[in-house]
Amino acid sequence: MTGDRQTKPRRIGRSISLHTVAVLAGAIVIVPLVFGVIGGFKTNGQLTVDPFGLPDPWVPENYTEVLSSSSFWRLLLNSTVIGVATVIGTVGVAALAAFVFARYAFRGRELLFTVFAIGLMFPFAVAILPLFVLLREFNLLNNPLGVILPQIAFGLPITIIILRGFFRNIPAALEESATLDGCSPFGFFWRILLPMARPALATVSVLAIVSSWNNFLLPLVVMNNPENWTLPLGVQQFQTQYASDYARVLAYVVLAMIPALLFYSVAERHLVTGLTGGSIKE
Amino acid sequence: MPQSASEATVAKQRPEPKAAGVRAGQQQGRAYTRRRRRARTWLTIALFLLPALLIFGLLVLAPIIIAAYASFFNWNGFGPPTDFIGLGNFQRLFDDPVFIDDLWHGLLLIVLTLVFQLPAALALAMLLNQRLRGRRIYRLIFFAPYVLSEVVTAVLFTMIFSPETGLVNNLLTRIGLESLAIAWLAEPSVVMYTVFLVISWKYFGLHMILYLAGRQAIPEEVMEAAAIDGASSWETFRHVTLPLLGPTIRISIFLSVIGTIQLFDMVYVLTGGGPVHASETMAITMFQVGFRQFEVGYASAISIAMFFLSLIFGLLYQRYVIRRDVEGAVTAMGGR
Repeated sequence: MTGDRQTKPRRIGRSISLHTVAVLAGAIVIVPLVFGVIGGFKTNGQLTVDPFGLPDPWVPENYTEVLSSSSFWRLLLNSTVIGVATVIGTVGVAALAAFVFARYAFRGRELLFTVFAIGLMFPFAVAILPLFVLLREFNLLNNPLGVILPQIAFGLPITIIILRGFFRNIPAALEESATLDGCSPFGFFWRILLPMARPALATVSVLAIVSSWNNFLLPLVVMNNPENWTLPLGVQQFQTQYASDYARVLAYVVLAMIPALLFYSVAERHLVTGLTGGSIKE
Repeated sequence: MPQSASEATVAKQRPEPKAAGVRAGQQQGRAYTRRRRRARTWLTIALFLLPALLIFGLLVLAPIIIAAYASFFNWNGFGPPTDFIGLGNFQRLFDDPVFIDDLWHGLLLIVLTLVFQLPAALALAMLLNQRLRGRRIYRLIFFAPYVLSEVVTAVLFTMIFSPETGLVNNLLTRIGLESLAIAWLAEPSVVMYTVFLVISWKYFGLHMILYLAGRQAIPEEVMEAAAIDGASSWETFRHVTLPLLGPTIRISIFLSVIGTIQLFDMVYVLTGGGPVHASETMAITMFQVGFRQFEVGYASAISIAMFFLSLIFGLLYQRYVIRRDVEGAVTAMGGR
């Protein structure tokens, strides 16, 4: 922009001040995380005396104890199973509906679509009580399905809206020629539309798995049995249980963050696309 | 449908010479296939929509209807509700100082977000839009907390704000500000501000990303034209960028408000709503009343109050403020 017209020293000065602001903001994000990682390598004594400095000596026991406990791995597995099932269910069911919303004209379509869209405004907090009562009636408490099915239901609106937008942009001529070649509607959907929609499917899958992975309220009321807990429940429970053992809690939290951050480093682009409706330039 | 049906009857009613009869038969056949094709189309529509309708109706719509029904009863959640008390639960709601405080807490969070969090996010988005070495790394860092769960974030910050071993108080003591080293999460007059800080830490990156995408959608020619007309950077921002970012900003405000109305996880883990309800939110009150005291009827009334607050805000906002920005707003909702 105006940068081109500035003299060199001014440009350098401006660049330095911009970097200063960016580094300060970055520090606000990173310092708490680093505090957690390093804190996990300390004893509680060290943590009280000096929460800033490097551990002296380094104490890996907090981490190794969590990693060698079977409960941590079970929670990780539970979260993964629930996350994957939620993604498959949400994307499958939503893609079918989005296909119809995008490519068929029928009476009541917009009304029906609006009903789904309004569902966006009501995540779990509003419906959690009656949902609990319903799940109890269906005998789905302490059952992974009791978390998976509601997560699919509440994930439908956003997924349908994004996929409908994408399906609409696929030319009608393609469907006509497929139909002339004897393709059934489902055949077109399954063999042509879905493979073409791969980028959109990736985006909605990322959104669905992040919200499933981070969900807390629903598993909190559905899962009484520690065998069935997900990672957020485990973290919260661990904190309550070892309230005064700060270093151990920090180690646990850090380990619980790692899968999410790893996933973020791979899927950040899809997450941004899903949230902004278009990717961000470099 | 009716059109093709009448055609078919007309064809039938005309017993004409042979050639015409054949034609009528063909016509009848064509009408029949068309009708069959329509029936098939309807079947396709129904079958494709069925799973979504079933699961959405059963697990999203039905619970909201059940909550509305239950809110008229004094009910402990077991067996069918029988003790009808009309609007009793709602009367109690508006006389309940805890609930009234919940509303004030929500309002405070929204005001703080509008005054501090969103402008800071906007400033950072403008900064990352500059030519800046390593801006992709900065963006990756700023946005990272968004992917962490509220629970993990809250536990981490419980440690950071802990009075004795916490990072914050240790830092304050070191730089000679012991007087400011307080119990951040246990002091009723401060706790909401601490909660706000943690929420901002987690969510400013989301808003920054939204603004950045909005800024990048503005064609460069517009900026160049402003520069040619001699506008300073501030003038360009104030009179060109900001108005053009309007839709994005409105969406981000929308997300903040809806998010505040149903705030639960973060507060539940940070403070549990305490000390003495000082940081309680509507969702926390609903949870305590419904799942701890088993006053399901009263808790349902709180749910319904949250429902209507979201609905009324959402509809008014869409009607008068966003209108055409809806697609984008709904897109961004999914991340919450």
